Amino acid sequence: MSSVARPDPDELLARVEKEQAKSRRGHLKIFFGAAAGVGKTFAMLQAAHERRAENLDVIVGLVETHGRAETKALLEELEVLPPKQIEYRGTVLREFDLDAALKRRPSIILVDELAHTNAPGSRHPKRWQDIEELLDAGIDVYTALNVQHLESLNDDIGQIAGIRIWETVPDTVFEEADEVELVDLPPDELLLRLREGKVYLPQQAQEAIRNFFRKGNLIALRELALRQTAHRVDAQMLDYREDNAIREVWQVSERILVCIGPNTLAERLVRAGKRFAVSLRADWIVVYVETPELQRLPTEKRDAVLRVLRTAEQLGAETTTLSSPNLSEAIIKFSSERNVTKIMMGKPSRRGWRRFVLGSVVDTLIVEAHNINIYLLGSPHPHREEEEKLQLTTRRKEVLPGLLQRSKTRKKGYYLGYCWAVGVTLICAVLARLMHGSFEQSNLAMIFLLGVALIAARFGRGPSVLASVLGVLVFDFFFVTPFHSFAVSDTQYLVTLSAMLIVAMLISNLTANVRSQAKVAAHRERRAAVLYAMSKDLAAAESEAEIVRTAVRHMHVEFGSRNAILFPDANGRIIYPNERSIPESLAGADLSVAQWVFDHNEMAGQGTTTLPGTKAIYFPIDAGNTMLGVLVLEPVNLRRVFLPEQQKLLDTFLRLIAQALSRIRLADQAKTVQLQIETEGLRNSLLSSISHDLRTPLATIVGSASTLAEDDGSLKAEDKIELSRAIYDEARRMSNLVSNILDMARLDAGMIQLHKEWYPLEEIIGTVLTRFGNRTSDRQVKVTLPPGIPMIYVDAVMIEQVLTNLLENALRYTPAGSPLEITAEMSADWVEISLADRGPGIPAGLENRLFEKFYRLREETAQSGVGLGLAICLAIVAVHGGSIRAHNRAGGGAIFSFLLPHEHQPPEIVHEE
Amino acid sequence: MTALKPKIIVIEDDPPIRRFLRTALDTHGFEIFEAATGKQGVVEANIRKADLIILDLGLPDMDGVSVVKAVRAWSEMPIIVLSARSAEAHKIEALDAGADDYLTKPFGLGELLARIRVALRHASIPPEQTEAGVFMTGNLSVDLINRRVYNGDQEIHLTPIQYRLLTVLIKHAGKILTHRQILKEVWGPNSIESPHYLRIYMSQLRHKLETDPAQPKYLLTESGVGYWLKV
Repeated sequence: MSSVARPDPDELLARVEKEQAKSRRGHLKIFFGAAAGVGKTFAMLQAAHERRAENLDVIVGLVETHGRAETKALLEELEVLPPKQIEYRGTVLREFDLDAALKRRPSIILVDELAHTNAPGSRHPKRWQDIEELLDAGIDVYTALNVQHLESLNDDIGQIAGIRIWETVPDTVFEEADEVELVDLPPDELLLRLREGKVYLPQQAQEAIRNFFRKGNLIALRELALRQTAHRVDAQMLDYREDNAIREVWQVSERILVCIGPNTLAERLVRAGKRFAVSLRADWIVVYVETPELQRLPTEKRDAVLRVLRTAEQLGAETTTLSSPNLSEAIIKFSSERNVTKIMMGKPSRRGWRRFVLGSVVDTLIVEAHNINIYLLGSPHPHREEEEKLQLTTRRKEVLPGLLQRSKTRKKGYYLGYCWAVGVTLICAVLARLMHGSFEQSNLAMIFLLGVALIAARFGRGPSVLASVLGVLVFDFFFVTPFHSFAVSDTQYLVTLSAMLIVAMLISNLTANVRSQAKVAAHRERRAAVLYAMSKDLAAAESEAEIVRTAVRHMHVEFGSRNAILFPDANGRIIYPNERSIPESLAGADLSVAQWVFDHNEMAGQGTTTLPGTKAIYFPIDAGNTMLGVLVLEPVNLRRVFLPEQQKLLDTFLRLIAQALSRIRLADQAKTVQLQIETEGLRNSLLSSISHDLRTPLATIVGSASTLAEDDGSLKAEDKIELSRAIYDEARRMSNLVSNILDMARLDAGMIQLHKEWYPLEEIIGTVLTRFGNRTSDRQVKVTLPPGIPMIYVDAVMIEQVLTNLLENALRYTPAGSPLEITAEMSADWVEISLADRGPGIPAGLENRLFEKFYRLREETAQSGVGLGLAICLAIVAVHGGSIRAHNRAGGGAIFSFLLPHEHQPPEIVHEE
Repeated sequence: MTALKPKIIVIEDDPPIRRFLRTALDTHGFEIFEAATGKQGVVEANIRKADLIILDLGLPDMDGVSVVKAVRAWSEMPIIVLSARSAEAHKIEALDAGADDYLTKPFGLGELLARIRVALRHASIPPEQTEAGVFMTGNLSVDLINRRVYNGDQEIHLTPIQYRLLTVLIKHAGKILTHRQILKEVWGPNSIESPHYLRIYMSQLRHKLETDPAQPKYLLTESGVGYWLKV
């Protein structure tokens, strides 16, 4: 029995497990508590010790002991990763070293405080993102989290504790954790620990007890934590039932649509929507409908909406921006398209008569949306709203600083409109003054209305409102008795004035709406035109380099940015392109960021949550399941990239680029396959041809030679000579075949290196004719060359081979004694050399087949070659950049001619004579 | 008289070719010594006082060109090089190193004998000592003393360079000269990189001396290698 071949089963199992560990995603275990000091870190470290006892490779990535002695003691025996020192504004911050952890690759790593915000300049702004990356790398992570840091509970916590927590973790991280261990401590015990100084150092503790650690707070937080955990257990139960096909509980899947507006309610709506969706286990979509009025909102408000949409995405929602003049119509259409079952929105803002007259979206939806339940969220207290508004702005500044850049030119145009409003009203007043007396007063009022309409059409709402008010005042002051006073003597003028004001306002409103709709239409048309232009150019592109150039150029036009598209090499490492750059190209993209984007299929860089400190933005280009490359864009203005409509456009661009790239790749693949098939076919015909052509002469040689070798003296002298001659002839023939095959193979393999020099045409033709010697003696070979000493820049040996093969064929296939003619014609750009014969000519339709490999005009006659002669000619002429053709000659016979381009001017020669 | 048999050293690693050369040349009155390696060949050539070397360029132990150089270090004996086809660069290298001629495998006995005869004749009678200083081939005669060239009875006028080119070819008549060798001798060592000069002058010379310059009889081209004057 051999003990060598049999692997140890345990070892085998260990190996299999190790293999699996590499490919799988790491497990995330969260030690979850109601507040600081409940013992999460302690429990985590204890678990680490247990794992270590099981011989697992456990290390500590980062643990905050907060000076707690018992925690410190637990830490001592474990391997601790040295923290990364980041200098920030003079202080050195100790941060978790993600790269070191990835390099070290332990089985389990401990990283405390999931909700931590990293120091500026780190790869990710948030620690939970670092942990995601660790999990992606297949490393198990133990971490700790307090309930107040959960994103969706943010509002509740705020209400309970009266403070707002800024360090939050998306609920998805919590929900997707593989294990959550609740670390629970009754509030009284916690307070005791706190007083004993086990949680914070004594002086901090007093402050903490007064502020956050009030018993009421702690009870509420504990309840939240317990409820969250219970909720998770519930979800696990449901998963279990689903996995085990216990389906009757579920009828139809719910889909919730959360409609947000540009107000402070938006964020609360999103959080509430999230909780609602989780409790119903439903998909949820957050939608923002941009009406023409909303498009006129100040930049800050639009950015705030953008940010809320981002938050929603982080919470796991699908987000969409619709643009439509009619809010309720857009929502109903979208709902029915996406099978929405529940709509969630804020309470109507219009109240009383305004709601009655102008209607509200909610009312319209209630009437028109059948089969959809509508949920309304109330606004918080007014003063809280103010507070929230303030915080909304500060937070936005923190996350998207670039979005704050406002365009100044727009403001300028803004004031100009008001100036015009005043000016036009003045002109109207002058006109009315001139007409006063000869026309009725109602006509004068018309003049002012005309002015309002003009201003509205040209400058929009604000200036036209101003013009309306001014117009009414001026009319009252100058043209209504008593003149030069705002007082009105006749009450009927009150009707005139108020009607005039209302009409003027209506005009400005309507005109302004028309104007902004026209603007939206123009904008859409332009976008469609941009997309059309780009897709047209991309469709015409025939190579990857061309696609890159087209894409980079179009992106530049649309986003004003300098761009680059980076591709991976054969090993999947992103490299700089070799192609020549164009003015719109971006040089000096950060390859490590690009690599990260390529590996994770997520965008990164400025304005995103990954490496926001980078100057450029990096987008993955993926075609369904394969990553193609990375688009790098250096924005001149973040707004031009991150506005919803621009982002949609960018998405479409990326998809177009990905499509074009996959198209080219597929075409290349198809070409390679086609080539393989052709090569295969060629190899087969080569084998059959060679085996026949080589065996025939070999048969003669072996036969004749054996006859001579085994001669017992009975062979006559002339027989011996005849046999020897047969051997000689056949060996010669074989030698020619072999050298032809070798030449062809070398040409095919691209192994031929041309040694081009200047040669007199005459010398090349002369060399060939001399080589044929007296084999052409029975023929009249007429050579006609251009006058002088025409020179061509070629590899003479190769071109002589072409002429030799052509002449060989002519001698073989035309009757003995028929004349041959070699002519050359030259122009400034090319030279054409032809060989004309008076033979039988070429059968119609075969002119091109002649140049195929192994093609023979007559099959396997004694005189035939291997069928490579003309194929070699074609290959040689092709490597010279020329072309060859065959056609029948007027008056009988055939002409073979090849055309070679001149690459340079012939050299200057200093003549003696 | 066996003592007068010319001695030929065959340096070739392939036994069948050595056997064929020994058999064929032996019957044509040469004395053959074989060597399977370059080193052995150089030694043989030295101790046998050989008249000619037939050298295969693809030897196992050393490069054929090195063998040529080694022999040329002490002897002017003719060397005929055997090489595979489509290796022009290699041939030129051997010729530049001092080999006299080359043959491409496979070759017939007739070709080989002709080359051997030309080489041996060259070695015994230097062309400068042609009788009365006149070189003659076919219709062509060149009076090397008075610098006159005749095609039949007609005197041909040549420019100084054309004449110098012709005399260089005459000096090595029957032997292949590489472009480099000719350029060096006619134009001097600085012009060896402009072969098109040589080609143009050669063409001019053909137009003056040949009846049909496109099918020359005397001034022949060795494709990709150089030129030679046929005798």
